[in-house]
Amino acid sequence: MGCKEVTIIKYNAGNVFSMQSALERLGVKVTLSDREDVILNSERVIFPGVGQAASAMSYLKSKGLDNVIKQIKVPFLGVCLGMQLLCSSSEEGDVNCLGIINAKVKKFIGKEKIPHTGWNNVKIKDNVLFEGISELDYFYFVHSYYAEKTESTIAECDYINIFSASINKDNYYGVQFHPEKSSYSGAKILANFINI
Amino acid sequence: MLAKRIIPCLDIRDGRTVKGINFENIKDAGDPVDLGYYYSCEGADELVFLDITATIEKRKTFVELVKRIASTINIPFTVGGGINSINDIDVLLNSGADKVSINSSAVRNPEIITQVANTFGSQCCVIAIDAKFEEGTWFVYLNGGRLKTERNLHDWAKEAEDRGAGEILFTSMNNDGTKNGFAIEALKELAVKRKIPIIASGGAGTMEHFEDVFKNANVDAALAASIFHYNEINIKTLKDFLRKREIIVR
Repeated sequence: MGCKEVTIIKYNAGNVFSMQSALERLGVKVTLSDREDVILNSERVIFPGVGQAASAMSYLKSKGLDNVIKQIKVPFLGVCLGMQLLCSSSEEGDVNCLGIINAKVKKFIGKEKIPHTGWNNVKIKDNVLFEGISELDYFYFVHSYYAEKTESTIAECDYINIFSASINKDNYYGVQFHPEKSSYSGAKILANFINI
Repeated sequence: MLAKRIIPCLDIRDGRTVKGINFENIKDAGDPVDLGYYYSCEGADELVFLDITATIEKRKTFVELVKRIASTINIPFTVGGGINSINDIDVLLNSGADKVSINSSAVRNPEIITQVANTFGSQCCVIAIDAKFEEGTWFVYLNGGRLKTERNLHDWAKEAEDRGAGEILFTSMNNDGTKNGFAIEALKELAVKRKIPIIASGGAGTMEHFEDVFKNANVDAALAASIFHYNEINIKTLKDFLRKREIIVR
């Protein structure tokens, strides 16, 4: 029946007020923390992020959070940059990331508008995170870098090229879009995550 | 497919929504949070909240209102009006705004665009440009359309992009408030020349005007205010209309 509390990992990448509000609207208690004991004793962990990959990685390492994230056993959701940091490397600052998902993060190159900004639908695989979601659902994206499509991809998006809109390996989930900003469809994703 | 965005703009004064015809003649049109929530339920893709008196009266933007919006509304929103410093922007983003719209102060101090892009990322940096077509040139205006500059719309848009702006919100002062349609030619030129998304503003009066600006100017988003506030066009109906005209909308 779903969890009652969620911890959002606190670090130097972007504001979390909207994510916190979105979760609270679903009736869960939200804790914002960068403490190992709090994160590792949480029922669910959300790893948000709007920022730059290399500076985020160096901050995580300086706080020892990279190792904390790798120890998490409960359902974990990386959002936007938080998803990209789960991958093996990023071209944004040419940095090695957490390496939980075997995928490279690359810069969009194309004549289309960059960043990829706005609402896009996705092509989904059967996964608990996307229960009740169809290709008629749109999600809000804002990003200039993308995670390549791999066997961990559970939803793909086609903008400039096909890329991972969502990934999953074991208890680790990631979404490139912002569920907290994606209206009803995004709220459904967060509710699914809470109910895993 | 990436959907074309429909963006209601809520001009705010003293915490209330207002809309001026050609930036004059202001009339009260409701509570920003209620109205914003209503629009998000109707299918608005994004919201813009502009503190229209901020530049003139040097009023600081409305942090408490931004927090109320962010805790209620689950679509992206931009705030603007009187933003002068990185500190203003930091406070607004931390209160839950997704983007800030910078207008006059960016023209006066273009370095702020570089600073915002480097500090918070291009994705949150919207450069709003008010311009008027006079004797063959689009002149950029400041202070809510009250102060003319010698800058040209296209040169300024290029500099903004080069400095790291994430989007351009262009309001044609010739079209704003007329309800005769968007400034198609200027928007088309912007959309072709710039690599960042273009938001069209000023002149929307009918649903066909939205079709026109998406099909013929190929902009990424279209913004309007009074036609939504006075329910002359309903957002749901508009999206159904655009879908039938084969424009991708959410």
